[in-house]
Amino acid sequence: MSNQASTLFDKVWDAHVVRKIEDGPDVFFIDRHFIHEVTSPVAFLGLESRNIGVMYPERTFATADHNTPTINQHLPVQDPLSANQLKALETNSAKYGISHWGLGHARNGIVHVVGPENGITLPGMTIVCGDSHTSTHGAFGAIAFGIGTSEVEMVLSSQCIMQPKPKKMRVNVNGTLGKGVTPKDVTLYIISKLTTAGATGYFVEYAGDVFRNMSMEGRMTVCNMSIEMGARGGMIAPDETTFAYINGREQAPKGEKWDKALAYWKTLKTDEGAVFDKEYTFDAAEIEPMITYGTNPGMGQGISRAIPTSDQVEGGKATYDKSLNYMGFHENESMLGKKIDYVFIGSCTNGRIEDFRAFASIVKGRKKADNVTAWVVPGSHIVEAQIKEEGILDILTDAGFELRQPGCSACLAMNDDKIPAGKYAVSTSNRNFEGRQGPGARTLLASPLVAAAAAVTGVVTDPRELL
Amino acid sequence: MAYDKFTILRSTAVPLPIENVDTDQIIPARFLKATKREGFGDNLFRDWRYNGDDTPKQDFVLNNPIYSGKILVGGHNFGSGSSREHAAWAIYDYGFRCVVSSFFADIFKGNSLNIGILPVQVSAAFLDKIFLAIEADPNAELEVNLPDQKITILSTGESESFDINGYKKHNLMNGFDDIDYLQAMKNEIREFETERIY
Repeated sequence: MSNQASTLFDKVWDAHVVRKIEDGPDVFFIDRHFIHEVTSPVAFLGLESRNIGVMYPERTFATADHNTPTINQHLPVQDPLSANQLKALETNSAKYGISHWGLGHARNGIVHVVGPENGITLPGMTIVCGDSHTSTHGAFGAIAFGIGTSEVEMVLSSQCIMQPKPKKMRVNVNGTLGKGVTPKDVTLYIISKLTTAGATGYFVEYAGDVFRNMSMEGRMTVCNMSIEMGARGGMIAPDETTFAYINGREQAPKGEKWDKALAYWKTLKTDEGAVFDKEYTFDAAEIEPMITYGTNPGMGQGISRAIPTSDQVEGGKATYDKSLNYMGFHENESMLGKKIDYVFIGSCTNGRIEDFRAFASIVKGRKKADNVTAWVVPGSHIVEAQIKEEGILDILTDAGFELRQPGCSACLAMNDDKIPAGKYAVSTSNRNFEGRQGPGARTLLASPLVAAAAAVTGVVTDPRELL
Repeated sequence: MAYDKFTILRSTAVPLPIENVDTDQIIPARFLKATKREGFGDNLFRDWRYNGDDTPKQDFVLNNPIYSGKILVGGHNFGSGSSREHAAWAIYDYGFRCVVSSFFADIFKGNSLNIGILPVQVSAAFLDKIFLAIEADPNAELEVNLPDQKITILSTGESESFDINGYKKHNLMNGFDDIDYLQAMKNEIREFETERIY
């Protein structure tokens, strides 16, 4: 078997199988486990009721993000239920000796932003978290995916989960991206082609010029959205861009350990001739700035196009009609010029420094449209500090925007950042499901550039006209 | 957490012929704030089931008294989106023990199996037959036979087999769970851990 060509995914997966169960899942070892306040409390209760402990507390990292307010974080959290969850995370972490970056901690932020930026996420690792966007960490050549609370309890108590090995898919995007086309557009394009369930049962490797030339922030955006086409995760082979990003980060290996790690990381790529269960290839030149018009992330298209008719899309007409009805849209309408009420830039998808640089590149010298309420939410305190250091805050302030404090915010509207019923939001987050950003809220997923163009014009606008 | 053993379930079913039912619909994020696993069934399909003023939406199937039972039948790609196990908890807490669809999202399927809900994947054609049978008679019963891996529409006698791996089947039939299994192999895990480079 050893001379057989294997994929990046196989190499990392196979190195983590503790035991193979016949006609069952693999017992799969987890190197890094992230927890947050929403999906962990019941797992800790489970440990208590079984009277078992945490096997390797140093392999788990806690950060508060889903429930946290994005203003006045120095004050007590108003919502008693949110406050209770935050307290539970703090108490459980302290009890079991787990590192905890709670509200107000200098390194606090969205779990999928803080893991990479502090060097906790490394190539070749297995990483899980009770959050489906854990796929983000695949950008480093790690196998990273979201798990349920029962599995959180498994990882805490045994550092393993039981997982059937997924099938393998490769998605190649070759060529050069056009002006105003960002990593978010690449991922929304791929999802629109594969549909919201097109990669279910698969683990994806992204390959081709476009990803090789992409920054780590961009790769994280792409891998983050893998779950939106049903894939458990997505990964990109680590290269010089990856190594340069990791080098020097707080928890990254140093000195001799770095050299040893680097030698291993360089073996993490798909061998020539390795076979995938499914493969897709797309041309970068075909990708426009994207926007969604419906209620799942697969319902996206180039911003200049008209909303499809039900016979042009997969799935039943009843489901399609329900979706357009919820959005208040009609077949054949143009997306350009549609009036917008809210703009949200942030989230684990687009809450990194590069995203705010992109946003600022369009709002610079312009003014926020009067009809738009904008929430500008950094992914972490480190990103917040970068925004200030790089002068982006001044650009935002001059254009009439306020910078909020880090957290998941309006991506899932667990805190006060809810889009009101019936209102339209251009959002750089990852899901446009019914009610995702608040009951009755209508979400248009897009890149930071498209969000910025909407924020300054008050309508859906092609960002290429403003660049 | 202990759950009821699953062997043969004979029940009427609740039809939800909508595709891509995501976990934000099954349980919206604002109801994820509990620190205990209790009462999630009250908010199952909250925004499809209730108006903003908490009055029931009469046209939603869970508010229609002619439909009831321990089996939920959903459209293609059921349970997509967020990894929240709360979605499976809400379905279980409401009283369902089995969800039937022509396709399930991965994480939802795993979460369901872990808490004692059986996800039964059938062909698109058989799913249509189930919807038709329920439409013809809301009291039509389905029989889900886990030992034989077979689902039958009792009114018509039509049946189809379904897949489940042997390990999970054994767990569900006996009420076992993965955590006990993992606890029993801790020495093996400890040995493995010492070899890790990270």
